[in-house]
Amino acid sequence: MEANVYWIWIVLGVLVVVLSLAAGLIWYERRLLGWVQDRQGPNRVGPLGLMQPLADVIKIFFKEDWIPPFASRVIFIVAPMITVFTILMSFSVIPFGSSIIVADLNIGLLFFLAMSSLGAYSIVLAGWSSNNKYSLLGAMRGASQMITYEVFMGLSLMGVVMLANSFNLREIVEAQRGLWNVIPQFAGFVVFFIAGLAETHRLPFDIPESEAELVAGYHSEYSGMKFGMFFVGEYLGIILISSMITTLFFGGWLGPSFLPGVVWFFIKTFVFISIFILLRGSQPRPRYDQLLGYGWKVLLPIALVNILITGAIVLMIGN
Amino acid sequence: MISVLKSLWIVFTHLFRKKVTVQYPDEKITLPPRYRGRIVLSRDPDGGERCVACYLCAAACPVDCISLQATEDETGRRYPEFFRINFSRCIFCGLCEDACPTYAIQLTPDVEMSEYNRNNMVYEKEDLLISGQGKYHGYNYYNVSGMAIGGKGKGEALNEDKPIDFKTLLP
Repeated sequence: MEANVYWIWIVLGVLVVVLSLAAGLIWYERRLLGWVQDRQGPNRVGPLGLMQPLADVIKIFFKEDWIPPFASRVIFIVAPMITVFTILMSFSVIPFGSSIIVADLNIGLLFFLAMSSLGAYSIVLAGWSSNNKYSLLGAMRGASQMITYEVFMGLSLMGVVMLANSFNLREIVEAQRGLWNVIPQFAGFVVFFIAGLAETHRLPFDIPESEAELVAGYHSEYSGMKFGMFFVGEYLGIILISSMITTLFFGGWLGPSFLPGVVWFFIKTFVFISIFILLRGSQPRPRYDQLLGYGWKVLLPIALVNILITGAIVLMIGN
Repeated sequence: MISVLKSLWIVFTHLFRKKVTVQYPDEKITLPPRYRGRIVLSRDPDGGERCVACYLCAAACPVDCISLQATEDETGRRYPEFFRINFSRCIFCGLCEDACPTYAIQLTPDVEMSEYNRNNMVYEKEDLLISGQGKYHGYNYYNVSGMAIGGKGKGEALNEDKPIDFKTLLP
């Protein structure tokens, strides 16, 4: 830890901004989904409906926080915490600006991948400890989906690592000063985008929670603030994956200098969050075996071929 | 994959279309005039009540939400002593309007009837009676029926023949 006196402010700032963004996403997602469906979203609670997250938070605090007597208490309580914890930890390695980074790890990318793998635990533990067949089904489907998509999430990023010669996220952004990684690594971008969608179990990959299919999937038995934590954890995951996509493929905070780097970062992240929300509003949910088959049979070969070709070109150019 | 991108694009263009939401209560939906909303009891063109307390609406009501009691005034004209509709039961089917012979009970396109207390959903005659003729103008039941009430004897209605004195018909 360097003797940067502003470090504590950066930590607090990242925490506050990310959590406020997650709350703001409650409003933004419902509003955007409404507009895209030819209707207004919530626009009554406060100006433009901006107090809607506050109303939702107050509502969730007052809900009865019931723990089923047939559930395993400790794991039931711990499971939603794991989601929020791992995702917030992943935010510590993302460079938001030219020197705004909480932890400048040399293995920043590996840390992010490790944290998202730990996030798979929360689904399994939540569904299993609920002692409920629908939750268990959702959890098992969620576990296999997340493990599948984690495999090539990591592999798709190896091309980026090869181009930047480092796992350090700050150096990956610096290496994109000439050309954003999306152009040479387009296949990697597509695979990482889809894998990121699956990691946050958002539509079209929301089999674990499949609303209207499995009641509420792995979080059927959750109410009150624990459900709120799953909910906020999902929005935090969207922000995390969008931030990772901008960092790894779209130049992070790089941009023309008439706006500070942080602003460019947030603009790009915002575009990807909107794409996530639009995907939710437009895609049907594939069947479970179609989902896994798509992962193993289509995306994994693409990720491997991407590594092959990138490695070959990097060796040829003699980087 | 192409279908995914195409549907994403279509959904994106919907962002710029006109929204179908009606911002109630700032804007309201205009209901057609024959919409089956709040029930009213109307009056005839001369200002008297149309309702003759014939109980036909109470009999026709499928949920038995109408309750009334007939009584006569001093001229012999029947009218309801009390007329009570329980709007928490009413299904707004309009069968009472179809059954009424005098066009007294009518359904109007007014739907803003919310209450906080369920007891306030029972409307009495003074809540239901309106000062106008409702949807059917110019109709006075006693003008076309054969009843004799104060001010109109037998045979004085529209298209009615005078009663025949059969004792003068003897051969």
